[in-house]
Amino acid sequence: MKRTFAMAAIAAIAAQAAHAETTAITWWHGMGGANEQVINQIAEKFNAAQQACAITPVSKGTYEEALASGIAAFRSGEQPNVIQIFDAGAATIMNAPGATIPAEDLLAQNGHAFDREAFIPGVRWFYADAEGKFVGMPFNSSAPIMYVNDEALAKAGVSAPKTWAEFAEIAPKLKEAGYIPMTASQLTWMFFENYFSRNNVEMASNTNGYDSFDGTRLLATQPQMIAFWTRLKEWHDNGLFGFYGAGWADNQKPFEEGKVALWIGSSGSFGGLSQTASMPFSATFMPYDETAPDGDKSTFIGGAALFAFSGKPDDQNACTADFFNYLTTTEVQAFYHQATGYVPITTAAYEKSKADGWYEQHPQAEVGIQQLMLPQGEWSRGYRLGFYPQIRVIEEREFNKLFSGQTTVEDAFKAIETEGNELLSRFARTSG
Amino acid sequence: MTELSHLPATPRTGLRRWYRGRPALPAKRVQFDQPLLPWLFLMPQLAVIFVFFYWPSAQAISSSFYLEDPFGFGATFVGLENYGAALGSGEYRKIAGFTALFTLLVTVFSLGLGLLFAVKADKIIRGRATYRTALISVYAIAPPVAGLMGMMLFDQHIGPFVTLAGWFGWNMQVGIDYWDTAFALVLVSVWKQVPYNFIFFLSGLQGIPASVREAALIDCRNGLTRFRTAILLLLAPTAFFLLIINITYALFDTFAVIDVMVKDKPANNPITLVYKVYSDGFRGNDIGGSAAQSVILMVVVLILTLVQFRWLERRVHYG
Repeated sequence: MKRTFAMAAIAAIAAQAAHAETTAITWWHGMGGANEQVINQIAEKFNAAQQACAITPVSKGTYEEALASGIAAFRSGEQPNVIQIFDAGAATIMNAPGATIPAEDLLAQNGHAFDREAFIPGVRWFYADAEGKFVGMPFNSSAPIMYVNDEALAKAGVSAPKTWAEFAEIAPKLKEAGYIPMTASQLTWMFFENYFSRNNVEMASNTNGYDSFDGTRLLATQPQMIAFWTRLKEWHDNGLFGFYGAGWADNQKPFEEGKVALWIGSSGSFGGLSQTASMPFSATFMPYDETAPDGDKSTFIGGAALFAFSGKPDDQNACTADFFNYLTTTEVQAFYHQATGYVPITTAAYEKSKADGWYEQHPQAEVGIQQLMLPQGEWSRGYRLGFYPQIRVIEEREFNKLFSGQTTVEDAFKAIETEGNELLSRFARTSG
Repeated sequence: MTELSHLPATPRTGLRRWYRGRPALPAKRVQFDQPLLPWLFLMPQLAVIFVFFYWPSAQAISSSFYLEDPFGFGATFVGLENYGAALGSGEYRKIAGFTALFTLLVTVFSLGLGLLFAVKADKIIRGRATYRTALISVYAIAPPVAGLMGMMLFDQHIGPFVTLAGWFGWNMQVGIDYWDTAFALVLVSVWKQVPYNFIFFLSGLQGIPASVREAALIDCRNGLTRFRTAILLLLAPTAFFLLIINITYALFDTFAVIDVMVKDKPANNPITLVYKVYSDGFRGNDIGGSAAQSVILMVVVLILTLVQFRWLERRVHYG
C-alpha cells in the first residue's frame, strides 16, 4: 500500500510539475486488498483521461476507520475532497448537512447533467434525502444473495429454495446428504436490515427514519421478524443452520470448504469466492418470507457511497464534480462492476455488461443486480438511523447470545429495540 | 548506600518516598545564573507532556459533559448525563467486571510464569543463552501479530487448540461462547507478556550478590524457604515495578490482541473498558459518551496508582 501511495504521490508531483495548472484532490476510502487496487486503477484512469485534475486515493483501513478519520479530519479542517461512507454510517454524515455538498448540487453547480433515472432503482434512495436528491454518490453497491454449493444440492436431489418455507423443506435432505444446510455472514445485514426490505416490513417509524431524526423508533420486535427468527433458531438447534460467530469469514469459510450447502453472502463476495471455493457454485436471490403479505421485494443497497466534503476551494470542488461525473460513465461503471463484483449502479452499465457477454461467463455476477431491480416495496428503499454502527454492535451481541443459548428470540429483539431506541434518541439530540 | 547513612532521615512523604526514601545527592551541584535557563531545558519535555497528555485529557473531560454531533456542528451541555448513561448501563458494568477479572488473571499469571521461568533459567549453566533467547524472543512479537496467531490457533474450523480441547470433551467455541473467548484472550495476553517479566526477573536475580546467596545457603537448607525469605524480598523492587507495568498492560496494551481475536466484531464476546471506549467513540461516533468513559478509566487508573504507591510500595525494600 505504502509503495503504491508513494508512487501515486510521485506521479502526482510529476504531473504537477508538467502541468502547473493541475488541481490536486484527495479521496479517502475504506478498501483494502484487491478492491484497493481497483480504486487505484480508477484514479489512474481518471488522471490519464484529462489534464486539469489529479486525484489521489488514500486507504484509511476499514469502512468504519474511514468514517472516523473523515470526522476527525473535518473537525480539524484537514478534510479530504472525497470520502467513502458505508451504508450504516450514512445517517451520521447526512445528519450534518454542513459537512458535505450534496452530490447532485455539486454536479449541477459545475455544469454537469445529472439524471436520477439513469441509476437502477435499488440505489436511488439509500444515499438521497427525503425529496430524492442524491447527497452521496453511490459507488460500490452490493446486495445480500444466496450462494449455492451445486454438488450438495445435486447429491440431496433438491433445488435452491426461493422462500424460507422451501428451505425448511429441503434442509433435512441436505443434512442427510452430509452437509450443513445453511450459513450466513453478517446477520445484521442479511437477516435484520434486509429481512425488512426483502419482505417489505416497516423497519423504523418516520418512514424508516427518512422524515426526521426526532422521535424515530426502531421496530425490531415486529411479529414477522420474531416469527422468522424463531424459525431460524429452531433450524440452528436442529443442525439445519450453522452459526460460527460474528466475523464475516467465520461463516464463509465452511462454505468455501464445501461443508455447507447454502451460504448467504454479499454479491461482492463473488470475486473472492471464485478463487477460494473448493467446489462449483452458483448463486440466486436471498429467500423471502412466504408469510409476508407483500414480500419478494428488492433488498437495501449495501456497500458505500462517495461524499464531497464542504469547505474546499471552488477549483477543487470543480475537480470533485468532474470525478463524480466520470464515475457515472458507463465505461467506468462496467469496468468497476466486472473487476470487483459490486453491482453496476446505472442501467447503461448493466446493459453494457450484458452486451459484453460478461454474464454468460459469470452468471453469478448478475444475481445481485437482478435482486436490486426487483420491484421496491414501501419499506425497501432504505433506512436512515443515527448511531446505526453502534446499534449493529447490539444486534451482533444479541444474535451471538441467542445462538449460544443465553437468551430467547423475544428477549433478544426486545433488547435490540430498547437499547437501539436509547441510541436513536441520543442521536436526535446531538443535532439539536 | 552506606556512605549516605550519616544523613539525617528525611520524612518519607510524597514524591521523595518514590525515590528510594531519601533524596539522592546529585553527582555535582549545578548552579544556573539565570533562573529561566533550567525551564528552557525542561521545555521540550513539558511541551510533549502538555501536547500529548494534558491537552487531550482536558479535551476529554470537557467533551464528556456534552452531547455532540460527530462533525462538531452542535453540542448540547448535558452535565453528568454521559457518566450516568455509562455507569447506569448493565452492559458497561459487565464489561467493567470482566476488565477487572481479566487484569487480575493476566497480571497474576504473567508475573508468576515470568518469575518461574526466570528462576529456572537462572540455574542453568549449559546452553543458557539458547534457553534465554528462546524465552525472550516471544517479546519481539507485536500484539496484533500475537492476536492473529491466537485467532488461528483458536479458529473453529482449523484451530489446533480447538481440536486439542475436543479430545478432552470440551466443545470450544471461541467467538461464540463468552468464556471460551475469555480463556483464549487471557492465554494469548499472558503468553505475550511473560517474556517481558522474564527479562526483568532474570536481571533482578542476577543482581543479587553471590555473598547474599551463600549466606542464605548457610542459614537455611530448604530451597523454597530460602527463596521466599531471601531472594523474593530482594526481588521486591523489580516485582513492584512489574506489577504496575503488567496492570497497565492488561488494562490498555491488550487492545490489539482483543481487536484481532474478536475480528473487529465483539458481539457478545468479552471486551475490556478500553475497547468499549474505542468502539463507542471511533466506531459509534458517540464522542460525549466515549469521552465520559475514558475519564472514568482515567480516574480508575489514578486510584489504582495511588493505592499501589500508598500501600504496596511501603512493603518494598530497596537494597
